[in-house]
Amino acid sequence: MSEQATVAAPRVKPVETFRGDFTYSNSPEAIRRFPFPFHRDDYMYSVNIEPHDGTPPGSAYAPAFDIDEHYLSEMAERRTVLEEDPKRCQVLPYMMEAQWDTLELMMTSLAADYPEHFSLTCDGDTWTWENRLLDIRDTFTFKDADTLPLEPFEYITRQVQGDFTLHGQRNDMLYMDGGMVTCQADWSLDFDLGMNFYEWHGPVPRAHEMGVFERALKYLLTLKVGSPVRRLNWTMTVNPRMDTSPENYDKWGIDRATITPDNVGELAHLRVELQSLWRLPRSNAILFSIRCYLISMEELATVPKWARRLHRVLRDLPEDLADYKGFIGFRPTVLDYLARYDDGAATSPGGAPD
Amino acid sequence: MSAAGPIPVRVAAIETVSPFIKTFTLEPLDGGLLPAFSGGSHVVVTMQGRDKNHRNPYSLMSSPYERRFYQISVRREDDGRGGSKFLHGNVRVGDELAVSPPANLFAVNELGRRHILIAGGIGITPFLSQLYELRAQGSDYALHYAYRRADDTAFLDRLTAEHGERAHFYESSQGHYVEPGRILADQPLGTHVYVCGPEGLIDTVVTRARRLGWPESHIHAEEFAAPPSGKPFTVVLDKSGDELEIGPDDTVLDVLEDNGYAPDCSCRGGVCGECETAVIAGEIEHHDDYLSEEVKREHSRMMICVSRAASERVVLDL
Repeated sequence: MSEQATVAAPRVKPVETFRGDFTYSNSPEAIRRFPFPFHRDDYMYSVNIEPHDGTPPGSAYAPAFDIDEHYLSEMAERRTVLEEDPKRCQVLPYMMEAQWDTLELMMTSLAADYPEHFSLTCDGDTWTWENRLLDIRDTFTFKDADTLPLEPFEYITRQVQGDFTLHGQRNDMLYMDGGMVTCQADWSLDFDLGMNFYEWHGPVPRAHEMGVFERALKYLLTLKVGSPVRRLNWTMTVNPRMDTSPENYDKWGIDRATITPDNVGELAHLRVELQSLWRLPRSNAILFSIRCYLISMEELATVPKWARRLHRVLRDLPEDLADYKGFIGFRPTVLDYLARYDDGAATSPGGAPD
Repeated sequence: MSAAGPIPVRVAAIETVSPFIKTFTLEPLDGGLLPAFSGGSHVVVTMQGRDKNHRNPYSLMSSPYERRFYQISVRREDDGRGGSKFLHGNVRVGDELAVSPPANLFAVNELGRRHILIAGGIGITPFLSQLYELRAQGSDYALHYAYRRADDTAFLDRLTAEHGERAHFYESSQGHYVEPGRILADQPLGTHVYVCGPEGLIDTVVTRARRLGWPESHIHAEEFAAPPSGKPFTVVLDKSGDELEIGPDDTVLDVLEDNGYAPDCSCRGGVCGECETAVIAGEIEHHDDYLSEEVKREHSRMMICVSRAASERVVLDL
């Protein structure tokens, strides 16, 4: 990415938890750079795609793959999820080229964006990768999977924040043929593996009728090497829980019933996915990065514009969307909380804090 | 990093393959490596002519495993828009050009069990890069290459040397013609056919394959993701009174930005809807996938990132 995108050394916190005692929280700096997804006071589906081009400098959008203060926590959480359920990482056998494409893209991007934390040295096909945050140093032969401790896709995605899926392109269609999915908003890689673009988007209300997916697919089929694009998606989650998977619904579904007026500020979280899409050069596959950010209502309310706007967005959201976004049951409670911060003042355009 | 930014390249070598065909070797200007690509990819080459810029898509024919240079082969089209004539007549070794990042709308289906490649004339080029992959992966494939005279020997020698009995040649001046119907009639289930060449050959292959019951998903003809281009026109901005000239290969959005305007936009590909602009007068040639057919017929709105004017002037509510 561009030099402006370089974030030389984000301060990384010691490990916090996304389960059990839920010690996760955002520092004031992390709150300021939170990718608040609402550019206006209302929300509806659109093909909200824009170039992922290194802008705006210093923001969470600027790096190819954003590394922030939660890096160690999220990597520890990923290890825990994979120990419990190895099927969270699966890649169909034909996608080995796409696995190497992913490894190369991530290593070169991280080394360029965060030179203090990551470095890559290439001597022909002999590559040395250093990840100083996780204390990893490996020398391997590019394109020889036997020289890495894990298959290339799992090896590198255990070192990068966010979920990732791999999409093969054939028959003018994209197929979900691989992924590393441990911090998802209630969908399952094991269930969706092999599905086409329309099938895995099946549960989304309204957007099919609006033609959103036809347009998005057509656009993605012509995605070019070196020209990634991005969009934001959002939902609501109770507790700062990364792994809200269908596989573990029994562990988190009940959380929605625990929201009260006293704890809503602390427990209710806005969950934002910064999604970026990359054409992989040799395999012609697409890498889909789903980078998850969580912020509690209390933390969000420290930015007056965001509290005002989120109140209006959640208040006016149609019932079916509130249901799909996971908060219809506690919408009145969260609205009461946010209403205290909505003085009726106008909000400025765009998602950034005033 | 700018989206889809062109890559400056230098012409490192030009080889005359036949009186009509030249092969150009393009190296990155900065001496680094070009983006990796997959077999069947094309790039859009931008050439700065004296009167106008040419932007033509060409298949990459060099190895996908080679990143120090790209190679394209260009057939001189005397009836074309001028890009191929410019490359043949005006471009010399050492000249600078620009290429877009590679895009691929003609990839080998990785799950195919057998691959039949049918090329006519200069249509051999995308197959040259695909053949590197098919051979490296140990795939089951056959190439059928039809051409007029044996003056394309550079390709013939190379194909024979590298692909042996998998390569079949048909020289029409010797009375040999490729017969797609016969080739396609006797292939195992799971075979894919790929065709690139003159329109007549593509039509024949696609029609024969369909008649023989091949599924559409197993029939592939080359497509380019070329930016829409067309006749030049004038955009009149109603609010400022400015008049801007849009060249054959420009987009309205680019020209507006070049002139200091900052219209809303996002995807720059005609799908997101951000740059929807009201049309006060003029007719629109729509290239977007956003506006409804009804709105398109009314010529009342346009997506300025991809669509053009069908009339000489168009007045926009900007």
